[in-house]
Amino acid sequence: MRVNFTVNGRPQEADDVWEGESLLYVLRERMGLPGSKNACEQGECGSCTVRLDGVPVCSCLVAAGQVQGRDVVTVEGLAEFAQQRAEGGCASGACGTAGAAGTTLDEARRWQAKGADSQTGEGVELAPIQQAFIDAGAVQCGFCTPGLLVAADEMLERNPNPSDADIREALSGNLCRCTGYEKIMDAVRLAAARQSEGV
Amino acid sequence: MTTANGAPTKITQGSKSKGGIGESTLRPDGTLKVTGEFAYSSDMWHEDMLWGQILRSTVAHAEIVSIDVSEALAMAGVYAVLTYDDLPAEMKHYGLEIQDTPVLAHGKVRHHGEPVAIVAADHPETARRAAAKIKVDYKELPVITDEASATAPDAILVHENRDDHHIGHVPHPNIVHRQPIIRGNADEAAKKADFVVKGEYYFGMQDQAFLGPESGLAVPEEDGGVHLYVATQWLHSDLKQIAPVLGLPEDKVRMTLAGVGGAFGGREDLSMQIHACLLALRTGKPVKIVYNRFESFFGHVHRHPARLFYEHGATKDGKLTHLKCRIVLDGGAYASASPAVVGNASSLAVGPYVVDDVDIEAIALYSNNPPCGAMRGFGAVQACFAYEAQMDKLADEVGMDRVEFRRLNAMEQGTLMPTGQPVDSPAPVAELLRRIKAMPLPPERQWESSEGSDVRQLPGGLSNTTHGEGVVRGVGYAVGIKNVGFSEGFDDYSTAKVRMETVGGEPVATVHTAMAEVGQGGVTVHAQIARTELGVAQVTIHPADTQVGSAGSTSASRQTYVTGGAVKNACELVRERVLEIGRRKFGSYHPAWATAELLLEGGKVVTDGGEVLADLADVLEDGAVEIEAEWRHRPTEPFDLRTGQGNGHVQYSFAAHRAVVEVDTELGLVKVVELACAQDVGKALNPLSVIGQIQGGTTQGLGIAIMEEIIVDPVTAKVRNPSFTDYLLPTILDTPTIPVDVLELADDHAPYGLRGIGEAPTLSSTPAVLAAIRNATGLELPRTPVRPEHLTGKA
Repeated sequence: MRVNFTVNGRPQEADDVWEGESLLYVLRERMGLPGSKNACEQGECGSCTVRLDGVPVCSCLVAAGQVQGRDVVTVEGLAEFAQQRAEGGCASGACGTAGAAGTTLDEARRWQAKGADSQTGEGVELAPIQQAFIDAGAVQCGFCTPGLLVAADEMLERNPNPSDADIREALSGNLCRCTGYEKIMDAVRLAAARQSEGV
Repeated sequence: MTTANGAPTKITQGSKSKGGIGESTLRPDGTLKVTGEFAYSSDMWHEDMLWGQILRSTVAHAEIVSIDVSEALAMAGVYAVLTYDDLPAEMKHYGLEIQDTPVLAHGKVRHHGEPVAIVAADHPETARRAAAKIKVDYKELPVITDEASATAPDAILVHENRDDHHIGHVPHPNIVHRQPIIRGNADEAAKKADFVVKGEYYFGMQDQAFLGPESGLAVPEEDGGVHLYVATQWLHSDLKQIAPVLGLPEDKVRMTLAGVGGAFGGREDLSMQIHACLLALRTGKPVKIVYNRFESFFGHVHRHPARLFYEHGATKDGKLTHLKCRIVLDGGAYASASPAVVGNASSLAVGPYVVDDVDIEAIALYSNNPPCGAMRGFGAVQACFAYEAQMDKLADEVGMDRVEFRRLNAMEQGTLMPTGQPVDSPAPVAELLRRIKAMPLPPERQWESSEGSDVRQLPGGLSNTTHGEGVVRGVGYAVGIKNVGFSEGFDDYSTAKVRMETVGGEPVATVHTAMAEVGQGGVTVHAQIARTELGVAQVTIHPADTQVGSAGSTSASRQTYVTGGAVKNACELVRERVLEIGRRKFGSYHPAWATAELLLEGGKVVTDGGEVLADLADVLEDGAVEIEAEWRHRPTEPFDLRTGQGNGHVQYSFAAHRAVVEVDTELGLVKVVELACAQDVGKALNPLSVIGQIQGGTTQGLGIAIMEEIIVDPVTAKVRNPSFTDYLLPTILDTPTIPVDVLELADDHAPYGLRGIGEAPTLSSTPAVLAAIRNATGLELPRTPVRPEHLTGKA
């Protein structure tokens, strides 16, 4: 089966996809985007969270065929996505309808995963939530991090001023085994505060 | 052969600030991890790679009558199907201490999920389907599931022909190891007791549940060897077990650490390493194996479930008189780390208390239950659960405050352990208890605010099961003691290679160790140590591999102490060499080169008075200084096999917790409202990471208190809940705020005075939560985890 969809604003085509393959498998193994993680592959841990037409989903539970013609944002595209949102553009996927997302084909073609320069955020374009996770110490092994970032970014988009209970509710589908969640709470609070201060 | 995609590269971290020890510098891999660029072992990819799949036993204990692989082998896309008969070398077993684990089952399976055959195919689903086509005919045997069935007169031996070094002193061949600790005379001392408290406790089987599944990529090399990229806790221990089974010398098995998604003890034993290498060598193609979560539950050892029998006595003024205890750990089908877990459970069975007269015995069973081994806390966790329950009961009997009772009996520096070993560094047990008790309590009816009541703050949460009716608060305390580093005479060393050179006019240090960074932040700390010792801003962390000497295991709270110590030591040797070069070049220009204490700071050679003598760039010019050296902590001794006496441990780590819970007594639902921790860390090399470790460890302790347990069917010995749907982990909703009070009392024997910190918070968290639930409900609750039925009386 052939599946056409956009990933991080860039049109993608996957060939020879098996009927049972998940979106997660296609992203990781066919598109070279392993940022979405495979911790449980049964929709319990949230490590594979991506946005499908703006909605956070466990990509392990989405059959690849279901994404035909739709927009997917993964952690690899999160910085770009957040930047477009901050610039007032309707970032790809956030507006709900495929193709109407404001990313021109030309822009999409220019998109590429940014090679990190390994300077702890210095010199790398990061989404505010990504920078906050680094600064707050919310990253240990980091396996839960991509899914949490996508989920937390989406929550802050909806609710820029969340209470602690709101944060916990929004992130309750994302397991973390290292941190005890306290630094993740700190990171989300920090990102929200920076957002409201316009930092 | 093209290179493996996702192979780790050097990470260079510059820093605008000094970035040395004591600062909360940020992780060098942080950017990679938040952008999705960090390559974990399951992300590895290679052109033409195949996928490996393991066929595991569907029964716990059986003879294998026959295995038919013909149908699997005939499937399109299948490249190899291997069973025991295909193993290439004389050596067909492996194991951390005892090589009792077959690479693939031979004639018999001893636990549910044991590897029987392996498949390589061009798509993971093809590999799975091929494995399902392998026909294995099992003739089931009776299962051994507990001490009674293991030691019954007619018990089948789990391992028929044991020749390991424990067989001579165990009372039964189905007992892996037994360690008594006898000191003073417990029977005599018991006569002085005004109160005697006996208890029997049960600690459930916990899973490490690291999120990154067991995985890796084996790439065959042109010299007939193999390069394995894998997530593990100890590369060199893996290497020592892998090479003999492949029939290769160790230098033909290259190992590189791929990104590790958590470990917590579950990666100490081998999982897919040998299987991937066997398939790669057989097919001549790179082979990747990635467990799914179901398989992960079968693919690594778990925390030993334990039955603990405790008898304490106390005088009427509250002094402990004696301890008699027996700890029965279920090691499951293979030995794994069971002997060392027994050593810990017995030697730490008293807890952080002064008890002169003890009679302790710990054993680990061989059974047909899942193999158990290392998990954060390693034998000390189970004991802490029991002795802390005992302390509460004793305090109540004596009529003392529970915290004051503990403080009265708390050990301190100079106390003798029950092994006769003096505690020769600070042991601030009473102080930690004082601090934890002094912390302000969260407000009563915390779910209510001026805006009304928030159901999310109540037991049951969004299930909306109560608005406060039937909800009772409880508060509980606990404290624990954990050993740091490998004990009992183990040669627990680490190696570090440090290079210093000038790049673009700036001095740069490169740190190369084989330390497994599993998330704990060892790489952050290594860079900090190099900055402190060598006065450079930029430090490059070389990927961990077997091209450098062993760094020991990332376990036992030991890496910052031991590999950190090795990095410090190597840096000091490099510094000496650099200063020698400086003296040779510039010594005649300034007398301080010969007379003053010289340091490297800010890229310069300075005197301890702060006078700059030379730029490091001028000292080094185009040359580089590189030194690789091993470093050891003070040696330890084995415990005497009859009395348990001996200087077995090198350092201890202490933490105390206070739990505040709210229990819906009608439904048996528990909300942990706050779980505060006070811990002595000796010296916080990276305070942010220290707090992260304490909060993470605390949460794993919370998990085994109220939700986590691998359920093994008592009749079939099959695992009933191998998934994140049925094995419940604490989510962000289940986890409370975790205030942390960090104490820094230096241990003069350790580098920078630091104390290993990773495990201690996992010990006392569980009994504190249990104590709080007991306090709320008045129930005895002798087992953990506590389930709703235990609280509603419907169990």
